[in-house]
Amino acid sequence: MSELAVAAFAAETGGHHVGRPRDSRFGAFARRFDAAAYGRALHERGLRFVGRSEEDFPSLLRAIHDPPVGLFVRGAAAPELLARPAVAIVGARACSSYGSSVARTVARELAAAGLVVISGLARGIDGAAHRGALEAGGLTLAVLGCGIDRDYPASHRELARGIAERGLIVSEYAPAVEPAPWRFPARNRIIAGLAAATVVVEARERSGALITADFALEEGREVFTVPGEITSSLSKGTNALLRIGATPLTSAADVLEVFGLEEPARATESSPILEQLPATADELARVTGLAAGALAATLAELELAGLVVEGEGTYRAAR
Amino acid sequence: MLARAVTHALVGLDPRRVEVEAHLQRGIPGFTIVGLADRACQEAKERVRSGIASAERQWPRSRITVNLAPAGLRKEGSGFDLPIALAILAASGQVPADRLAGHAAVGELALDGRIRPVGGTLAIAEGARSSGLASLICAAESASEAAFAGIEPVPVRHLVEAIEYLRGERQAASYEAYSNDRAPPPAADLADVRGQERARRALELAAAGSHNLLLGGPPGTGKTMLARRLPGILPPLAETEILEVTRIHSVAGLLTPEHPLVTQRPFRAPHHSASVAAIVGGGPGPRPGEATLAHRGVLLLDELPEFQRPALEALRQPLEDGVVSIARAEARAIFPARFQLVGTMNLCPCGARGDPAGDCVCSAQRLSAFREKLSRALLDRFDLVVTVPRARASEFAAAAGEPSEAVRSRVEQARDTLRDRPLRRTSAADELLSRAVDRLPLSGRGRARVARVAHTAAALAGADEILPEHVAEALAYRAPAELSSS
Repeated sequence: MSELAVAAFAAETGGHHVGRPRDSRFGAFARRFDAAAYGRALHERGLRFVGRSEEDFPSLLRAIHDPPVGLFVRGAAAPELLARPAVAIVGARACSSYGSSVARTVARELAAAGLVVISGLARGIDGAAHRGALEAGGLTLAVLGCGIDRDYPASHRELARGIAERGLIVSEYAPAVEPAPWRFPARNRIIAGLAAATVVVEARERSGALITADFALEEGREVFTVPGEITSSLSKGTNALLRIGATPLTSAADVLEVFGLEEPARATESSPILEQLPATADELARVTGLAAGALAATLAELELAGLVVEGEGTYRAAR
Repeated sequence: MLARAVTHALVGLDPRRVEVEAHLQRGIPGFTIVGLADRACQEAKERVRSGIASAERQWPRSRITVNLAPAGLRKEGSGFDLPIALAILAASGQVPADRLAGHAAVGELALDGRIRPVGGTLAIAEGARSSGLASLICAAESASEAAFAGIEPVPVRHLVEAIEYLRGERQAASYEAYSNDRAPPPAADLADVRGQERARRALELAAAGSHNLLLGGPPGTGKTMLARRLPGILPPLAETEILEVTRIHSVAGLLTPEHPLVTQRPFRAPHHSASVAAIVGGGPGPRPGEATLAHRGVLLLDELPEFQRPALEALRQPLEDGVVSIARAEARAIFPARFQLVGTMNLCPCGARGDPAGDCVCSAQRLSAFREKLSRALLDRFDLVVTVPRARASEFAAAAGEPSEAVRSRVEQARDTLRDRPLRRTSAADELLSRAVDRLPLSGRGRARVARVAHTAAALAGADEILPEHVAEALAYRAPAELSSS
């Protein structure tokens, strides 16, 4: 059985197959399927296919209960990237500015330490995680829930381009497969399967990020969650994970420890402003006694130096 | 018998000379108005007939034809009543036709013969002056307005007075010249705003550099209150600007006899349900919209994302060029619209974002639809974007803020600097700006905006050059990535 034929058949019939399809049409399809021509067409579009039985197929993903028959891949990095130690960072699409800044900062530090940051290219936390990794000049991998040639959501086209320049975009779905709601949970099993550890940043009660965490727990992978305010609906899902035994994430170092990595030494900057964070500009003005203009200038300098981030009016330390 | 009176019609803000010809012929008595008169203008027949009767003059028993020339120009409104009445009286020999020819006239007639003021008298008076007429017969209430145009007003309260004046039986009545002492009370003062240091600073920068300002934040944090205080820290209008703004407000019929001159910078805050025509102007004989009424002043769009998308997009032309041009089949009107734009917005549809005590319940789709409404193109028009956080209780107990007057004097000084000697960036400032472009999501336009604001910050600081600290401050007011849908 050709794994590529199964993937192409799934795309043509709109189905989802992780083994030889029981569909009676498959036999005929497989006989007239020209794997070499299909491979050439993929190659012309800068795409590749890595079958489950191939050596490049990541062993962590092969180990899960229902691994995909193969992965379609696009991007500049070698498929070897798939086997590198990786962390998934996932969470709510409608996240808070706090969540997005945590995702970004943690991704930046993990990527800087050499880990691959995996996420789903979605709005919110996913996007922030990819961006953080790119900022650190690190490697990041996006797993799509639609055909490999789609950039979904369209507003992340530019981000997808940035990821493909250095990292990889993968999908179990052949080109032209439309995004559909049921494909995203299936996609989440790949995110969890590729990563040795999964970090859930913000999740509501019935969030897709919890599905990813469930897959990770089922496969016995490490699951970290960022503790949130108990009053916020964005923490309902993450705090529920904590209750059932997920590890609270207090800094990127918690994750690095699992991989036996040390946090890269960082110049310890101290400034009276950093000690007051999180705070709004007006609160800082009152505490420091600086004029609003001078304070804005100082904060912008700190932001450029990567020491603080601003979101929805609140400045936070970017540890 | 034929007689003529002169008046002016307005196309947008432009006066066009209109000759009102009245012709009396033998035949069955009747009264016809021709020359593209609109409904209000057609109804002049009844007002003129009653007005002349109330003035105890003879209504000619002949076939009366009134022609408004040029016949191809659309005539709107009730200002033609007085010239039509005078032309008919001249044609029937009740006032001297040659004397009438030397005057322009404008005004609406009441059924009892009184003269009511009409909108646009200033522009009409300017038209009369430029077509070589020495005086304008108009309603007493409009006299001081007409006088600003440099024409001699003949204020009349009743048709009888106009008739007696033209027959040489009475002198032109005197009118009270408007003096600035009667200017309306000053706008709301910044001293009322406690705390909000960053937003106050942004307001000052906006005033000094004529930057458009977007205030974001949860409801009830004082965004609108701050925006309303912008006109109060802008320098007063110059003489020519006063005339310019008054002309617009006169055409829109917004002047009152108590305040016939607009001496304060206009502040307009249309509701978010406003249509495209309400915002930029429109209608068959184009009328100025809010963008034009805010000319030389401030246009506040409260709850910016709630405005219709087309209305927001329509603002792009005036923001770019300072004018609105409206093309109609018959004429094209160009309205000045050089205003400062202030927008306020919540950070999400439910408004809870940015409030530490709030819990936003907006879905990812609603959130991204909300953000997409603020197209990049529109967001690009705001040099200053500031988030106004919810004030803590301690802020309300704080001392009152600096009063508007103190801020205004700094603003005026900075404006002088910006006008007289453009400042240059030091090489260190240039380097900081390039570093920011590399490190932050900052487009080419974003870079230009930061450079402009840095220039203003340097001018406000009284510096001789634009230093890195000015660039850094400007960076703090850039549009946050979270607003540009992600």
